Order: sequence, then C-alpha cells, then structure tokens
Amino acid sequence: MSPALLEVDDLHVWFDLPNGRKLHAVQGVSFTVDAGTRLGMVGESGCGKTTTVLALMGLLPPTASVSGRVLFEGVDVLERGEETVAAHRWKDIAMVFQGAMNAFDPVKRIGDQIIEPMELHGYASGSEASARVRELLETVGIGPERARSYPHELSGGMRQRAAIAMALACSPRVLLADEPTTALDVMVQAQVLELLTYLSNELGLALVFVTHDLPIVAQTCTHAAVMYAGRIVEHGPTEALYHETRHPYTRMLWAATPDLDAREEVVSIPGVPPRLDSELHGCPFAPRCDLAASRCVAERPELRSVGDGHVSACHFASSVGAAA
Amino acid sequence: MTAPAANGRPLLQVDDLVVRYRIPRGLSGSILRRPQQFVHAVSGVSLHVARGEMVALVGESGCGKTTTAQAILRLVRAEAGNVSFDGVDVTGLPQNDLRALRRRMQIIYQDPYESLDPRFRVSTTVAEPLVIHGIGSRAERREAVTRALEQVGLAPAELFADRFPHELSGGQRQRVAIAASLVLGPELLVADEPVSMLDVSVRAGILGILDELRDQGLAVLMITHDLSTAARFADRICVMYLGRIVEEGPARRVIEDPRHPYTKALLSVVPRRDPRHRVDVQILRGETPNPISVPTGCRFHPRCPIAVEACRATDPELRTPAGERDHRAACILA
Amino acid sequence: MSPVQTGAPPVEETPSPTRSLKWRAIAAPVLRNKSAMVAVGILAFFVFLAVFGDLLIAGDPKAKVGDIFEPPSREFWLGTDGGGASMVDLLIAGARVSLLIGFCAAAISAIIGGTVGILSGFFGGKTDTVLMRTTDYFLVIPDVPLIIVIAALFGRSTWNIIVIIGIIYWTFTARLLRAQTKSVRERVYVQRARALGAGNSRLVVRHILPQVTPLLVANTVLLIAYAIFAETFITFLGLGDPATISWGSLIENAFKDDAIINNAWWAVIPPGVCVMLVVLACTIIGQTMEDALNPRLRTGHLSVRRFRVLRPSERPESQPQQPS
Repeated sequence: MSPALLEVDDLHVWFDLPNGRKLHAVQGVSFTVDAGTRLGMVGESGCGKTTTVLALMGLLPPTASVSGRVLFEGVDVLERGEETVAAHRWKDIAMVFQGAMNAFDPVKRIGDQIIEPMELHGYASGSEASARVRELLETVGIGPERARSYPHELSGGMRQRAAIAMALACSPRVLLADEPTTALDVMVQAQVLELLTYLSNELGLALVFVTHDLPIVAQTCTHAAVMYAGRIVEHGPTEALYHETRHPYTRMLWAATPDLDAREEVVSIPGVPPRLDSELHGCPFAPRCDLAASRCVAERPELRSVGDGHVSACHFASSVGAAA
Repeated sequence: MTAPAANGRPLLQVDDLVVRYRIPRGLSGSILRRPQQFVHAVSGVSLHVARGEMVALVGESGCGKTTTAQAILRLVRAEAGNVSFDGVDVTGLPQNDLRALRRRMQIIYQDPYESLDPRFRVSTTVAEPLVIHGIGSRAERREAVTRALEQVGLAPAELFADRFPHELSGGQRQRVAIAASLVLGPELLVADEPVSMLDVSVRAGILGILDELRDQGLAVLMITHDLSTAARFADRICVMYLGRIVEEGPARRVIEDPRHPYTKALLSVVPRRDPRHRVDVQILRGETPNPISVPTGCRFHPRCPIAVEACRATDPELRTPAGERDHRAACILA
Repeated sequence: MSPVQTGAPPVEETPSPTRSLKWRAIAAPVLRNKSAMVAVGILAFFVFLAVFGDLLIAGDPKAKVGDIFEPPSREFWLGTDGGGASMVDLLIAGARVSLLIGFCAAAISAIIGGTVGILSGFFGGKTDTVLMRTTDYFLVIPDVPLIIVIAALFGRSTWNIIVIIGIIYWTFTARLLRAQTKSVRERVYVQRARALGAGNSRLVVRHILPQVTPLLVANTVLLIAYAIFAETFITFLGLGDPATISWGSLIENAFKDDAIINNAWWAVIPPGVCVMLVVLACTIIGQTMEDALNPRLRTGHLSVRRFRVLRPSERPESQPQQPS
C-alpha cells in the first residue's frame, strides 16, 4: 500500500514560557490526509489547530520544541528540523496564512510577489516563471493581466485568491489554509471556498483547512477533526461527525452554531478550556461535559474507533446524541 | 426597564437617511474643476424599531449598515433624511440636548478586545457613563454597577468588578461592554456585530443576553453580516446593498421566502450545519461595486442573475409583493 | 510574506491574577534587561554625585589646591586642571550643573512637545495644521546658529541655555506624541466614551493621557541624553555661563589653558567620559523603554535560532499539576 500523501504521527509542540514552564500546545496529534481530500481542523481559539499546521511547515518560533513525525509520502519532514523541512516547504506543502490577503508587500506588483517563491525554491525563473504566474492567476479566477497590479488595486477577495495563487506557485501536493475566509463577506467566502474545492477535486490537492467555523467545514470538507486542549477529540468523515456525533464537545459545538434553517435554541458551552502549561489528568473536557462521570476525571480517554474511519476520544462515545 | 410605548409609534423611526463623504479633489482637481466625487455610504434608508423588538440590519461590508447606525446615533453627520427617537427629531438636535439623548440610545461595538480602556477596572468602565452624566452618589453608582454586571451574567459581581480587561476573556469583555451600556437605562441598543469576534461557544451566551433584554422591552438594532444569527434572534430583517435597503420584513418571511434576487443569492451561499444539505448555490460573480461609482438604474443589476433591460433604467422602490404583508423588496420583478 | 510569530497561541477564556498595568509597561523591561540595569546604575551614581556633591567637596572646587596640571596621584585622583584645582572636585561640581541643565531642558521639551503633540493629534483639523506647521518651522531652524544668536542677544546664563535646548528639541517629541495620540484617539474605547457623551477634557485626561504618557517618559529620557550633550557643546563653544562649572566648561577651560600642549589628558578626557557615560546610560534606558512600548520593534521572527526537534526520550518531564 503506497504511503498516504501526508501523515502526522504523534505530533507534540511545546512553547517555552517566560516563567520557565512550558506550554504544551499540541498534545499527540495524529491524522492522515489523502490526495483530493479536504480535512477541516476545527476548534476554538487556543486549541492548537494553528500551531499544528505551522508545525507541518516547520514555521514555529525559536521558543518551540517539537516531537513526533510528519511524513510526506513516507518521508519524515521534521527529522532534523529546519534542515529537512526546508526542502519540502512550498514545493510539497504550502500554506495560505491567516490574514494573508493583508500581508502583501504594498510596493511590489502581485505578479512579482508570486514569482518570488518560485525563484526562492528554485522551481522556475525568468519567462517560464512569468508564464506560470499568468497560469496560476487564471486558475484562481483572476485575470492574468492583473499580474501587473499592486495589492491595493485588488479587492479583499481577489487578494485572498492571489495569496492562494502564491501558495500554489511551486505546485505543492498539500495545501494548508488557516482561516482563509474569516475576514471575507459571505459571498466572497463562497467564491473562495468554491475555488478551494475545485483545486482539491481537479488538481488532486490535499487540503487542510483550519477554521473555527463549523458550517464551512460541513459544506466544504470531506473530513473533519475537532481539536480541544491540544488534542484531537473526534475525527472522521464530515457527515459522520454531524449525523453520528460521538463526542460531547463536538455535539455542543454544533448546538452552539446557529443555522439558517434550524429552529432550536442556540446553546453556549459553559466554562473555559483548561490551561496548557501543566499536565492534565483525565479527560480535558470533563469539567464542562454534561456526560462526565468519575471515570472521565481519573482516566484520559484515547482515540478509539467508533465507525468507518471515525474515531472519538470519549469513554461514553456511544451515548452521545447526534447533532442532526 | 421602561414600559412599552402607549401609542403604536415605533421608538426609532428613520426616514430617507442619506450619508455621503466628500472625496478630496486635491489642488489639481479643484483647479481643473473635476466633478466632486462622493462616497455614497447611505443613499436613502428608512427603517423603524419598536420597543421590545430586535431588528437586524444585514449586509456585506461596504453596504452602509455601520454608517447607518452611526448616523442614527449622531456619531456621523447625515446629509439628508430624518431620524426621530420617541417622536423627537434627532437629526437637528443641538449638542446639549444630544447629551441627554445619548443616555437613551447606546451602542455596543464589534471588538471586545478594543472596547474597554485597558487601564480601567471593570467597575470604573461600567460606572463611567454615570460619572459622565453626573448621576448618583458613589454608593448609588456602585449599586448600579453591581446590578448591571449581574444582569449580564457576570455574577458574583464582586469577583469581576476589580478586574482589568486583560484578565477577562473575549466573551466576558463583551458582557462588560453591554453592562456599561445598560447602566444608564437606555431604551434603544445598537449592537454592531456584537459576536463576530467571539468564539462560537460563547456567542449564544451574549446573544442570549440581548434576547432577554429585548423581552424586557429594550429596542435592539443589530448590525450583522451573519444571516444565521439574524434568522435565529431577530424579529425583523433589513437587507442592505450599496447604501440601500433592498428587502425587509419579518425574519422568518425574509429567510423562508426571499423576494429580492440579492437576498436569495445571499441565503443560498450561507453554509449550513448539515453536510448533506444541498441547495442550489447562487454565487454572484465579482464583488460589490464601490460606493463611489454606483450603477445607474437598479444598483444590483450588473450582478443580478435575473436582470432584464428595464433594470438598467429604473431604480426600484421598496414595494410589497402580492400576497405579502409587511414584507417589501426593491425589485421590479419581485 | 511570513506569518507573525507571537511565541505562544492565546489561551482564550482564562482569567489570571490581578495586576495593575500602570508603570509596569516601562519599568519591567528595564528591570529585566541587564544592560539597562547597568545604565540605571551609572545614572544613579552621577545623580548621587550631583545631589550629594556638596558633602564630598571641601570648600570651593575652583580653589587652587595644587600645581597647574599635576598628573593623577594619590592626593589628586584625577590630577589638577589649568588653575590647580582638583579634577575630581571639579567633576563632582560639574555633575550637578550638567545634569540639572539636562533634566530641566528635557522637562521643558517634554512639556512643550507633549502638549503640542497631544493637542495636535486629538483635535486634528485646523489646530493640527497650525501646530504642525509651527513644529516644522522649529524643526528646520539650525540649532547651533540659533544658540549662538540667542546667547549673543540675551547673554550667557544657565537659564538661557536651558531654554534654548528646551525650545530646540521639543519638535521630535511633538511629532511622536501626535502620532501616538492620533492612534489612541481612533481606538474603540475612546469612541465609545465619546458616544456615551464624554467631553473632550475627559477623553484626553482619562483615556488618552494614560496611554501616551509611558511613551512620553521614554522619550524624555532620551531627551535628557540630547540635552546634556547639547549643554556640553554649547559651553565648549564658549557660550555657556561663565560663572558655573559644568563638564562642558571643564573641557572648554582645558582647551583654553592649553591642556593638550601640556599633555594633561586628565583635564580633557575625564569630563568627556562623564558626558559620554551619562548620555549612553540615558540612551540605553530610553531605548529599552521604547522598544518595550513599540511592538513593531520586536524582531523575534528574524531570529536565526530555530525551533528544536526532540527525540521521544527528550520530551519534557510531566510538570506538576496547577490548580486551574
């Protein structure tokens, strides 16, 4: 069996804190992404989803320590840190960052900025690069003549697409996107999501989509992983996560999300997520969980299979009512 | 809270509000007598909010919803049109009377991380409106603060009163902002994107507070781009596009039976929770034109999927389509 | 185009113990920084000399107590000057004047500059235009010719020097404070206060002043450095107060008395070193404060150091659980 396109195995990330302690931001995250699939990583702020994808690209600050493996087509990308990951960056795995549409250099033309990674990573240069830029702009739905425009001449939605074009510059196989539509209007968001789905379907890109917006994941992603306190608590096909929810946190997240057609009460989740600068015993969600029992406080639940390709870290997974 | 109005007159009545900003021409522009250009932020908006009613003003960025709210509160100058609050014309009010009015109309902002002065304790922030208007003794103010904090769910109040904003979460900060607005006993609350910067798990809590206040008789004008929230919490929805209201009516009617093509398209692209949900998405091409060069005729016609020749010439008024009551759309084909 | 590294992801809903914000913003970074603490020590030493100088000097520092240009010995640690007076006594006496002039002039600059800057930034419009044009006018005036002219016109006195320095250097402060005030004025909580009906004086005093004062303090410390240096060269040029002793006058006298020809380095260099040390100390302290206040000066993401990859055996030990 050929290795999966991207496989993350027991990833941990610690950050050094000024007081000498460490913040355990990512606590043993594992998942696999195949070509042509779209994985949505959902969770609230501070759950570790952004840190996880930054780790995949080796874009962590000097205060970070990492352990675990990130396998791109079977090869461990993180083996020797920056050394090994640099070879894969942008050429195999690329990223659209949060707020990327505002991170363009205002004094350089868009085309030149898209060429930059190509030259940097030795992918293409000169007229070949320019031709590729026009091709990329067309792919993302921007007229190729806009390569000569400056960032401020493009609207927000177009800049976001340009950022996607820049990420695609060296033909990566995996595209990571951190909140790519958060600052966009719903119509423009629909356009960008349509683009990302197209890229995944037509070009076989594997997409890892970080967001706090569950409905986007429901409509765009094939699979979803819910993160809480640095861990994945439920992971599986998106439909299963909605119609056969197997973790109380996931269910409460659905219940907290208003839906255009639904009539039920929207319910917020009481309490706060735990601090990550000390070890947690038992299930991290127990203090806020309505199904919690003494077992949950004493014993940390591991991810167990609860369906086809569907795992959940809950002692009472089968008692969780579906969100639907 | 105040009792509902004796007569059926809405608390807030806005008629044909116009707000536009001059774009500076510069020296060469003035010399060459180039035509003065304007940003047509709000081009004739009419709406009303009654006590105990929540009206959602919905639209994408640049549609003028925030400017409308600011004009209502006299935070920006209106070029034309009329705003009356409880029967009193607000648009021409002199500064002194305006101050008294400010006590009855309050605003909550979008960013809970910026709404509070980082150097003020919670109790200072919540008491500030009382201090500004010279109301109550120190003891009375302290009591009012405690009541307001408990009203927004920050109980026990003593636990939160001495905290600084950086010691509170986003949801808690927004509650403090609401408490600070309530302490003067306003009759109208304008909430500008009150939950868009908060995590999903805390949004319901904040919206629940607004819901309760509405039940107690407060009039709420909620500005939002999130149709799902508007659908769930608002009594009425007004959809704005490029400075105009293009559709308005009871929330359920607008959501279930939209009559304006823009509303229809907008509703079709709002993501639903159910992954199996299938609807014909109508993704409009391009983006909203800028408010400087507004299309002639119907503002929406360049992007409208059902536009006909007449749409280029006519600028439609809000009309009630056949079979509807109190539900209007500005489309000749509605 | 790279992501902004903040070191650690924010943990959303976790309140932390009460701590006032007031002066921690500028005091803490100074206390933490080793070179800044050394600078504070140096400054404290000279301030001590200035304040308690009378107790350390016996009699008139200018009195002839030894031969002219006696080299450093056990009796006269730094030798004597061209008039036979002890260099050490002269330096101590000079400290008082130099520092006094420096502090007073900086204070004047800070008050003028701060007022102009805050008023300009807060009111904008015509007030802003008028004040800024005035500032530009002052900015353009060449300082040395102005000093010479004023000294020539109004006589040479300590007070005149303080005023001259004060009116030359306020422009920089004004611009800085204007920019800061403008940005604070736009912050949501200021607009909120205005929407509540707060008047201008309340907005400035209670909301804007607390935000801009730390920057003003940091800037004033830097101004002290400029002022002391300015005093030194003004006096050196012969425009200082003939009746007082300052470090600048010591250098001036040394040259007048042909110290160089007499190889009396101890008459020239020590005053210069004193000036240099105080200027350096103020600069370091001021810059440390400014760096702490200006988040854009942070350069963590440009660091050459990288994140660390740990083997499973190197993973951090379990940290003891903290009550959350």
